Amino acid sequence: MAGDVVIWAEGLAKRYGSTIAVERVDLEIRAGEIVGILGPNGSGKTTTILMLLGLTEPSAGRAVVAGFDPLREPLEVKRRVGYLPDQVGFYDWLSARDNLAYTARLMGLPRREFDARFAVALERVGLAEWARARVATFSRGMRQRLGLAEIMIKEPSVAILDEPTATLDPHSTREFLAMIRGLKADGTAVLLSSHHLDQVQSVCDRVALFARGRIVLSGSVTELARRVLGGGYVIDVEARGADLRTRLLAVPGVVRVQSLGGDRYRIDCDSDLRAELARHLAASAELLGLRFAEPSLNEVYTRYFDEVRHAA
Amino acid sequence: MRRRGSPWTGIGAVLFKETADHFSGWLVWIIVALLFLTAFAAAYAAINTIRQTIGESPFLFLRLLTLRQDQFRWSFIDLVGILVPLMAIALGFDAVGGEFSRRTMSRILAQPIYRDALILGKFLAGLLTLGICLVALWLLVIGFGLVLLGVPPGGAETVRMLGFLVATIAYGGVWLAVAMLFSVLFRAPAPAFIAAAALWLVFLLFWNADIAPLVATLFAGPPQDIFGPRLAYIDAVQALTRLSPHTLYGEIALALLHPSTRALGLVFLSQLQGAILGAPLPTLESFLLIWPQLAGLVAGMIAIFAIAYVAFQRQEIRA
Repeated sequence: MAGDVVIWAEGLAKRYGSTIAVERVDLEIRAGEIVGILGPNGSGKTTTILMLLGLTEPSAGRAVVAGFDPLREPLEVKRRVGYLPDQVGFYDWLSARDNLAYTARLMGLPRREFDARFAVALERVGLAEWARARVATFSRGMRQRLGLAEIMIKEPSVAILDEPTATLDPHSTREFLAMIRGLKADGTAVLLSSHHLDQVQSVCDRVALFARGRIVLSGSVTELARRVLGGGYVIDVEARGADLRTRLLAVPGVVRVQSLGGDRYRIDCDSDLRAELARHLAASAELLGLRFAEPSLNEVYTRYFDEVRHAA
Repeated sequence: MRRRGSPWTGIGAVLFKETADHFSGWLVWIIVALLFLTAFAAAYAAINTIRQTIGESPFLFLRLLTLRQDQFRWSFIDLVGILVPLMAIALGFDAVGGEFSRRTMSRILAQPIYRDALILGKFLAGLLTLGICLVALWLLVIGFGLVLLGVPPGGAETVRMLGFLVATIAYGGVWLAVAMLFSVLFRAPAPAFIAAAALWLVFLLFWNADIAPLVATLFAGPPQDIFGPRLAYIDAVQALTRLSPHTLYGEIALALLHPSTRALGLVFLSQLQGAILGAPLPTLESFLLIWPQLAGLVAGMIAIFAIAYVAFQRQEIRA
C-alpha cells in the first residue's frame, strides 16, 4: 500500500444471511483523488461505503481508511472521514450553527476552533447569511450544502458523498460539483456515489462500476471506454465527401464510425489517429473540422449493462 | 473483535443536546404543565381539609400528597402516577426512531461516536429531564405546603418524601425505557408512541382488574373453594399484579406516604399479634418494606433499557 493511499480495501464482503450484498471488493484511492462509484440500485455501493465508515461490519475482507481499520478503530476512521448521506437530515428546530456545533462537539472540536472553521465553511458553501436560521426553513439544496459545510469543518482526509446531487436542481448541482472540486483542491480524497453519470464524469479522476455486489470495471473514463466501447479515443470529424463512413472505417485503428447527422461523424479509435485521419480525409474529401471528443461515461455504462443483459 | 476507543466518547455532547431538546420541545412542556397544574390543584384541595383536621396526624406533608377530596377526587400521588408515565413516554418515543425518520442517524453515527454513547446519552437525558421536573415539582409542593400550612416538614416526612421522589423517577425510568425500546424496534415515532401508550393503558386499566385474576385462575385454580379464599390463587394474583410497574409504584407510595402501613399484600392474624394498629412504622422499616418493590422498578428499568440497547446495536444503519 503506497504512502498516499487513503482508502484501501481487499476482498471486502458483506452477507445478510444467504443474500450477498457486497462480494470481494478491492479498492484503492489516493489523497486528492476523486473516485466515482456507479451502479444500479442494490449493487452494493452504499453497503461498501458503510463498511468503509465502520458503520457496518464486513463479513470478510479488510480495509484501511486514513490509516486505520474501520472495524477495530472506527472512532479514528470517523475522525478523519467526512460523510454526506443522500438526502442528509438535520434537526429542523435547531439553527444551521447549532446543528453543526453539535456534530463539532461529537468530533471533539474545541469551541474556538469550531467558530473559526464554521465561518469559513459556511462562506464556502454560500450559506453565511443563514447561519442563525432554523434548518426547517432550508431547501434541499441548502441542506446538502450544509452537509458539505459539516465535512469542511471536519477537515477530513477522505470525504464520502453518497448521491449528494440526487435531489438538486441543475444550478445547485453545478455549484455543488464546484464545491466537490474545492475539496479535491484542499487535498481531500473524495469517494462520490452517484447515478448522474455526466456529473461523475465531470469531476471524477477515476470510476468504479458496481454490479451485483462487485466492482466489475474500474479506471479512468478513457480506460473504461477502451474496454467497453472497444476504443479509448473518440474523435469527432466534420467533413464532406462521398461514402465517407466506409472510407473512415478503412483507416487502420478505427473501431467504429457513427454518423451524428449532417457532415459530422464520431470515430472510436484504439489510438490517437487524428493525424492519419486528417491525411486520409484531406486526400479524398473536404475536411471541415477534427477534434478529440471525450468518451461518454453514459455510453460506457449503458453499453456495459446492455451487454451483460444480452449475455444473460 | 475488540474495538478501540471508549464506547462513551461523545456521551456528554449527546446528553447535553438531548436534554436541551427536551426542554425546548412543546410536547414535554404540555405534559409538565398538566402535571404541575393538576398536582397543585390536588395539593391545594388537600390543604383545606388538613387545616380543618390539623391535630389528627403528625405527617401533614404526607397527607398533602395522599389526601383525596370530594370536590377534587384525585390525590397528588394519583395524578403523578398517571402523568409521569405519559411524560416518560413523551420523552422516549422518538429517541431512536426520530433519528431514522429525520435521516440524521447515519450522519450522527459517522461522527467519532459509538452507538453505545448515543443510546445511553439519550436515555440519561430523558431520565435527567424527568428528574429535574420531578425535583422542581417536589420542591414547589413543599414550598406550597410551607406557605399555606405554616409548619415545616419533619425529618421523617422529608426522608419519606425523598424516597417517594426516587421511586417516582425510577417509575418514570421504566416507562422511558419502554418508550425507547419501541422506538428502537419500530424505527418510527408514531408506532412507538402508540405501542408504549397502549402498554401503559393495559397496565393502568386492565392488568390488575382483569388480566392478572384471569391468568391466576388459569395457573392456580379458582379464587375460592368450600373453605373460603384460596391462598395459591391469592399468591398468584399478587405475583402477577407485581409485574405491573403501576402496582409496584402504588405499593411504594402506600408504604412510604402512609406510615401506618405495616405490610404489603396478604397479612395473617398471627402477624398482627402485638402490633399497635394505626401507629406509624419507623421510617427505616417502611424503606425495608418497599425495598423489593423499589429494586424491582430499578431492575425493570435497567432490563428493558438493556433490551433496547442490544436491539439498537444489532440494527443496520442506512438512514
